[in-house]
Amino acid sequence: MGDWSGYLALILQGALVTAQLTVMGSALALVAAFVAGLGRIAPFAPVRWLATVYIEFFRGTSIFVQLFWVYFVLPFAGITLSPLMAGVMALGLNVGAYGAEVVRGAILSVPRDQYEATVALNLTKGQRMRHVILPQALPLMLPTFGNNAIELLKATAVVSLISLTDMTFQAQVVRAQTGSTLIPFITILILYFAMATVIASGVRALERRMTRGLDGVR
Amino acid sequence: MTEPIIRIDRLDKSFGALKVLDGLSFDVMPGEKLALIGPSGSGKTTILRILMTLETITGGHIEVCGEQLYHMQKAGKEVPADEAHLHHMRRHIGMVFQHFNLFPHKSVIDNITLAPMLTKAEPKARAEARARELLEMVGLADKAKAMPSQLSGGQKQRVAIARALALQPRIMLFDEVTSALDPELVEEVLLVMKRLAAETDMTMLLVTHEMGFAHEFADRVLFFDKGRIVEQGPPDKIFTTPTHERTQTFLRKIIAAGHRV
Ligand SMILES: Nc1ncnc2c1ncn2[C@@H]1O[C@H](COP(=O)(O)OP(=O)(O)O)[C@@H](O)[C@H]1O
Ligand SMILES: [Mg+2]
Repeated sequence: MGDWSGYLALILQGALVTAQLTVMGSALALVAAFVAGLGRIAPFAPVRWLATVYIEFFRGTSIFVQLFWVYFVLPFAGITLSPLMAGVMALGLNVGAYGAEVVRGAILSVPRDQYEATVALNLTKGQRMRHVILPQALPLMLPTFGNNAIELLKATAVVSLISLTDMTFQAQVVRAQTGSTLIPFITILILYFAMATVIASGVRALERRMTRGLDGVR
Repeated sequence: MTEPIIRIDRLDKSFGALKVLDGLSFDVMPGEKLALIGPSGSGKTTILRILMTLETITGGHIEVCGEQLYHMQKAGKEVPADEAHLHHMRRHIGMVFQHFNLFPHKSVIDNITLAPMLTKAEPKARAEARARELLEMVGLADKAKAMPSQLSGGQKQRVAIARALALQPRIMLFDEVTSALDPELVEEVLLVMKRLAAETDMTMLLVTHEMGFAHEFADRVLFFDKGRIVEQGPPDKIFTTPTHERTQTFLRKIIAAGHRV
């Protein structure tokens, strides 16, 4: 038997990379989702087209290909990213494209009545969005955002392709060195599940906070 | 002689092929209380929505407080109003909707203070003091901290009235503000509006099917049919001795439907 605590440390290092990718990727996805989601309903047509192209492109091609492009092809255009940054970029933009449709759908589902009240109260366009429309749309987006973040977490495993030492990569290292498949992969199974649970319960707590008072039960 | 506060001049409005307002013209004097009555689909709501800039117009001109509502001057030429001009004009006008349209995520007092704080940069303390006065006036002083979902329909509508008043518009538009309410809640809203009409010099345009209320409230009644004014005059005249056949038929139907005249 080898030195299991050393191998566990290796996997935990990988877990840290996976967590980093998930947090930073989700942050980028959130920004991309709002920019593109608001872009999709912008009054200025070229903005709408741009948002549509982004969304369709990233939803229509695989994360695998996107990662290769970001890491191996962008350098030809003079943009060289570290493996971590490339991973965050690909994951964030990919999941952000799905999130954009969630943002757009949630905003459009706020009743027209609400918009009309903001016009009658002479709010500016920015004030309407910020104080009336978004606060009602956000609670609708949250559950799907939570799912998207978990999807992103699961997708982080692809970064081992660009030699990023994430949790899955480290599990394979341990497997190669020890010959044991079961132990490293049970370990990362538990760790992935734990991380997903943290995301899910975090989002649920946020959701409870945001909808407080909305339904009158407080 | 005072100038009209609203001047509607040969206003046209179509939705696609459907012509809803057809060369409509009328003036409203400052402080005047106007009731707009007529069969469903005659264009009453559309008129109010156009005044609130919730619709666009197809043709004609509207002047509010001495300025064009849907047009502006640019390099000596008349061009369609842009958002900045509409924003500038909207401060004169407030509207109360049939379905209240309160913001469900904000408490009663936040519903009322939101617009004054954002559009007039009123400090929070002053906006809240004023909101409390208005809540007092509509009989809901104890509901400041409640959420809209905890209120009855009549209470919601009274909050909506207070919310519109908080911006101190010179013109208030009321679109069937009691028709979404249970019958027993209608009176409390009408009472607030009667007080408002008696105690302020605001100009008010009211669309209603409550003929008894229109009679009491209005200085002048306009009877609409198919996007045109068929007949207008003081309520005593319109409700007791209407001259037009269509007005008579409409009022008969309304009475038969159980509305008071
Ligand atoms: N957004 C719209 N699109 C198409 N038709 C509309 C729209 N709004 C109103 N209409 C039509 O315009 C006519 C007048 O409507 P409205 O002003 O609501 O009448 P009223 O308030 O007198 O009942 C009706 O025939 C109605 O169906
Ligand atoms: Mg109507």
